[in-house]
Amino acid sequence: MLGIQDVVYRYRDGTTVTLPDWHAETGDHWALLGPSGSGKSTLLNILGGLLRPASGQVIIDGQQLNALDERALDRFRGRHIGIVFQTLHLVDALNVRNNLLLARYFAGLPQDRDQVDGVLDALGIGDLARRTPNQLSQGQAQRVALARAVINEPSVILADEPTSALDEANCRQVMGLLGNQARACGATLVVATHDPRVRDYMDHTLELEATG
Amino acid sequence: MNLFRLSLAYLRRNALSAVLNLLLLALGIATITVLLLFSHQMEQRLSRDASGIDMVVGAQGSPMQLILSSVFHIDAPTGNIPLEDARWVQEHPLVADTIPLALGDSYRGFRIVGSEHSYIGHYGGTLADGALWEDDMEAVLGARVAERTGLGVGDTFVGVHGITAEGTVGGEVHDDHPYTITGVLEPTGSVADRLIHVSVPSVWQVHDHDHETGHEHDRDAADDQGADEHGHDQEHDHAHGDEDRELTALLVQYQSPLAAVTLPRAVNNRGQLQAAAPAYQTARLMQLMGVGMDTLRAFGWILVAAAGLGVFIGLYNALKYRRYDLALMRALGASRGRLVSHVLIEATLLALLGALLGLALGHVAAEIIGQTFRQTQQLNITGTVFLVQELWLVALAVGVGIMAALIPAIQAYRTDIAEILGRGR
Ligand SMILES: Nc1ncnc2c1ncn2[C@@H]1O[C@H](COP(=O)(O)OP(=O)(O)OP(=O)(O)O)[C@@H](O)[C@H]1O
Ligand SMILES: [Mg+2]
Repeated sequence: MLGIQDVVYRYRDGTTVTLPDWHAETGDHWALLGPSGSGKSTLLNILGGLLRPASGQVIIDGQQLNALDERALDRFRGRHIGIVFQTLHLVDALNVRNNLLLARYFAGLPQDRDQVDGVLDALGIGDLARRTPNQLSQGQAQRVALARAVINEPSVILADEPTSALDEANCRQVMGLLGNQARACGATLVVATHDPRVRDYMDHTLELEATG
Repeated sequence: MNLFRLSLAYLRRNALSAVLNLLLLALGIATITVLLLFSHQMEQRLSRDASGIDMVVGAQGSPMQLILSSVFHIDAPTGNIPLEDARWVQEHPLVADTIPLALGDSYRGFRIVGSEHSYIGHYGGTLADGALWEDDMEAVLGARVAERTGLGVGDTFVGVHGITAEGTVGGEVHDDHPYTITGVLEPTGSVADRLIHVSVPSVWQVHDHDHETGHEHDRDAADDQGADEHGHDQEHDHAHGDEDRELTALLVQYQSPLAAVTLPRAVNNRGQLQAAAPAYQTARLMQLMGVGMDTLRAFGWILVAAAGLGVFIGLYNALKYRRYDLALMRALGASRGRLVSHVLIEATLLALLGALLGLALGHVAAEIIGQTFRQTQQLNITGTVFLVQELWLVALAVGVGIMAALIPAIQAYRTDIAEILGRGR
């Protein structure tokens, strides 16, 4: 279960983003659509606990995010939320396996190499475990980022523009993997995008309105 | 995966700059370590050699030279004093104890010191082999002399006139007066280790010969003829009385601390005598050397500071690119504190490695220098001792590392996750 109510976010320069009330059942797959500047990324960051709204309520898995202090929010994010960034943000200093183990470490979860290798295998990149990110193709790197988002078996997977730079075939593949992985964890999936192709892969859509 | 391995991975990634900073730091620490080892051992040696000697009486000249020559056996003596004057000092009511010294010859760079058994006793010398000398022309070797010359009990050797560094160069060989070795001492960690101990009359006897055969020397310990005070020397006790004999110096122990007030003046007022206090001269010596050492030490700290600056610049630049990584770590659940630790661990690791490498280098360098130069050999300087101050040095180096990481760590603390991750790279 995941929901927002009366949420307003205020950027430091005073820009305010008002978000509609919305709520999603556990395991649902949502596409977050809307024109540029409509607040898709803002909403995603709020759900991920990366931004704190000025007012309103954010509930994930029955947990009020506003009620958590910073340290607790960090821990909650590590345990319950998997994020796939548009620019993938893999750690270049570490190989693929250690990138995934890093996610386990910061979430305070036991580090099991077999589990890591299992996830990599499921995504078809089991043979890349010892490569560093700069030795990967864009598509391979995308899968590693996806693997990292699901390695902690989160209850919510958030993805911001995962397909914007991809061609039709790659788009299909990535959306397929995202959907499969989310189903495997039983996680709620929220994909923010302006890419209309994404809509076809998701059960639900939330349209954000353009704001001034 | 943990913070330590993460930091190590980043260091490995920037291996070149990490290694350069490491070396810079290590060189600075090594310089300071060498100085630390040197000044400490020097001070220890000097105070050990001078301990229990309140005053030295010798011929007039530089008091520093008198102390150097008769206590540390480094410099040339200032000259000789008449036995009569020595007697006067020995019988002075403020004097508790004296040890006579007669210098003048050496063997392969090691000084032959005419004295009494009490001189060996003063430095806690015990026999490793054989017995103390009993007769004239018998000798007891200090541990280092025995080690270096390879001589042992029963062997004989002849002294060379003069006590210059090279020993054998230019000096006249007293080959008709060989010494027989009766004993070898255990190491004492003092000047006694590098001396050849003989009786005072032995020295006189060797030089009586010189006199008879027409040689003259400027700084002979005893180049006059005369009766031997111990009466051992049948061959020579036919000529003059004690009054013509000379000593090089007299090591004096005061009857009471009060003696320090009046005795030196009394000594200085008497003819050609000069009194010098080892404690004062040693302090002066350390002070003189201290200036040079301070300069070098400052140089060492400049290297350390430069390394600190290097670490700072390295981290600061690296963090510009690592803002994404840091923000990502936050997104993965790392707290602000974790990120700060991560940055600090990296700098601390570098500083610690640099400091340890520096200590190792410093000890190796001290050992090599100690073995290479004659002066440092004489002071028996080694790199195999460890001082408590070295722990402070490590702590200071780590402190420099932490200082260098402070601003980058604060930046890491302030990382604005969403903004940085949203912007992409
Ligand atoms: N760091 C920021 N500082 C100030 N205002 C911001 C910041 N980031 C976003 N905004 C503003 O907030 C509003 C919502 O932005 P957001 O990035 O959520 O839109 P978006 O729907 O993700 O757009 P896009 O499709 O272009 O990614 C916009 O008006 C934007 O100008
Ligand atoms: Mg966006």
